[in-house]
Amino acid sequence: MSHLVVKDRLIKTDPEGFLNNLVEWDETVAEAIAKTEGIILTPDHWEVIRFLRDFYQAYQIAPAIRVLVKALLDKLGPEKGNSIYLHTLFPAGAAKQSNKIAGLPKPTRCI
Amino acid sequence: MKKILFIQRRSPYGTGFAKEALDAILMASAFEQEISLVFTDDGVWQLKNQQDTKTLGIKNFSPTFKALELYEVKQIYVEQMALEQRGLQIEDLIIPVTVLATAELRQLIQQHDVILSF
Repeated sequence: MSHLVVKDRLIKTDPEGFLNNLVEWDETVAEAIAKTEGIILTPDHWEVIRFLRDFYQAYQIAPAIRVLVKALLDKLGPEKGNSIYLHTLFPAGAAKQSNKIAGLPKPTRCI
Repeated sequence: MKKILFIQRRSPYGTGFAKEALDAILMASAFEQEISLVFTDDGVWQLKNQQDTKTLGIKNFSPTFKALELYEVKQIYVEQMALEQRGLQIEDLIIPVTVLATAELRQLIQQHDVILSF
């Protein structure tokens, strides 16, 4: 069992850093997870994180990357709707790392 | 390109078949095949709207069916008789579907290259 400490709260995670209890997520937790990943969250990161959380809320799954890219393309235009952009934000894997910071389960499908 | 038909015939939570099949469909959609999906027998319960699984302690995965369109899975059918036998109507379902008579379902099966029944 691993954990994060966020402002005196002990947040349990799996060995890879995904939250055990999704309801413990908030913005300070996101920042703490991002820090362990070596990322400082910018408004561009938050845009993707919020999108992922809304998607999960609506459909109960993490979107496949191509679905995420398509949705970002529709919503934010070609500059942000491409996988290279996502990789610059989340260099350790657009799907896995972004979901981890967004406090969502580890994506089961990596396609 | 192959035409693949997924047949969902079990209720959603008694076994893992329904959820596993849905995962397989989302996965298959990545390979640019032509995918169709039909619900028959107790499988129609998977699409029942307003599911509440709290007392089961299992995640309600029915909202994921609403994501099928985003995954380009747009040919979704339900067998009329299966609905009728369970007192369900098309308005009770969580997503829009095409209703098929049993003979039409038989045709649909014949038109596909691969049949995966869950």
